[in-house]
Amino acid sequence: MVYDALIGPFTEFEFMRRALAAVIALSLAGAPIGVFLMLRRMSLVGDAMAHAILPGAAVGFLLSGLNLFAMTAGGLIAGFAVAILSGLVARSTGLKEDASLATFYLASLALGVTIVSIKGTNIDLLHVLFGNILAMDDQTLLVVAFNATVTLLVLAVIYRPLVIESVDPLFLRTVSRAGGPAHLAFLALVVINLVNGFQALGTLLAVGLMILPAGIARFWSRDLTVMICIAVVAAAVSGYAGLVLSFQTRVPSGPAIILVATVFYIVSVLFGRVGGIVRQLFPGRHLEA
Amino acid sequence: MAAVHFHNVTLGYDRHPAVHHLNGEIAPGALVAVIGPNGAGKSTLLRGIVGILRPLDGSIHLGGLDSRDIAYLPQSADIDRSFPISVFDFVATGLWRATGLFGGIGKAAREKILRTIASVGLNGFENRTIGTLSGGQMQRVLFARVLLQDARLIVLDEPFNAIDSKTTADLLALVKHWHSEGRTVLAALHDMEMVRTHFAETLILARGPVAWGPTAEVLTPENLLVAMRMCEAFDDSAAACAADDARSRAA
Repeated sequence: MVYDALIGPFTEFEFMRRALAAVIALSLAGAPIGVFLMLRRMSLVGDAMAHAILPGAAVGFLLSGLNLFAMTAGGLIAGFAVAILSGLVARSTGLKEDASLATFYLASLALGVTIVSIKGTNIDLLHVLFGNILAMDDQTLLVVAFNATVTLLVLAVIYRPLVIESVDPLFLRTVSRAGGPAHLAFLALVVINLVNGFQALGTLLAVGLMILPAGIARFWSRDLTVMICIAVVAAAVSGYAGLVLSFQTRVPSGPAIILVATVFYIVSVLFGRVGGIVRQLFPGRHLEA
Repeated sequence: MAAVHFHNVTLGYDRHPAVHHLNGEIAPGALVAVIGPNGAGKSTLLRGIVGILRPLDGSIHLGGLDSRDIAYLPQSADIDRSFPISVFDFVATGLWRATGLFGGIGKAAREKILRTIASVGLNGFENRTIGTLSGGQMQRVLFARVLLQDARLIVLDEPFNAIDSKTTADLLALVKHWHSEGRTVLAALHDMEMVRTHFAETLILARGPVAWGPTAEVLTPENLLVAMRMCEAFDDSAAACAADDARSRAA
């Protein structure tokens, strides 16, 4: 009975196995990125970037139909353009990154909508908006896995400057020129993972599997490495449980995954060891030192 | 060769000068105090020296030192204390020069980091996150990082602000130790008594240099009065500086 409910769907159906592989790849790469987004107070930047990707994907869709490569390429180009241009403007003018990004993603969004309206066709972008992790073919799965691999490799390269830049950017500026490139590479990773996410969860929820696990991890550890590990596990477990929920109840898969993550998040807010509400209400007796 | 050579340097923001036409040099191994009222350009000068602010005019030569030979402790460090990083890891970033992007931190380096943390009086704090430290403890952590940087030029911007007397004494001893090791140390300070007692050379700054030389000769009531009367002018409709034209005419 338990086997049928929790494991059966994956042994029986290939699309479920593919979906599980995809969600694990997304968790491995997206969750660490989410942790850095959160710690750098850029959680909403991820959301804004997701909007920036949408018109790029739409243009790809207009040019070559429901071709995931074209949509991915379009999304990547739009996302990179917005990320890099806003990063450069912020760094060279002193304008705050969020203000700079807001300008660029709005422009990108407006441009995308304009292009769509000029074409005048009534296009079904539901797939782009909400994704469909259950409809993944081998090719798409490979793209997702490739992007996840690239993410982890690049993150390994920029990890040290990224951490130092997050804590003490001025110090990094005085000892190295790695801060700027690391920051831009990080923004690129955000874009890659959002594009990765939209294959499975759609543009509107792609950022969910990055930010929610990061938020969960924040309530359980004060150590960055542990935090990243918890985020990855939380994302993968949410993905798995979401797929099972979706399979058993016919709820759409993307929202199911995000809703499960949300439940974990609420539990963490309430009972988390680090700053959880219950812990704050009942902290126990104070210590001697 | 001078450790730092200023050649008619003007530093500032958005074309408005904060340090105006500074000439002079700091000898290798010197221990120099930079004093002056708020807004005199002390921090700006230090930012120019460490290379995070480009001069509006003139140049600063570091006598062959590159950025890795400089340790800089800014006044209000732009540090995100909420970031989950331990004292050990934070101090370890001082080894950047040796480790760079990928270099590992081996047993010897670990011991060196632990010794350094102990030497600033923070034994047992290694695993604490920096967000849990007091202001004085954080300043000790920052000094520990400077220690690890093992730099030939050390630039400190008001390092004893809001620090109690015990911590100040401990950290001042470190500064004097650096000087005794032959490093060049430059510190922006407000405590005249400390400058008089511990710093051999002083630059009084009030946008432009008021006086520069041996502390005993420079730190006079007259010079301090001139500095205090500094005009904090920031005029949006100011004309372009004519000093350069005059200088070229004289030449």
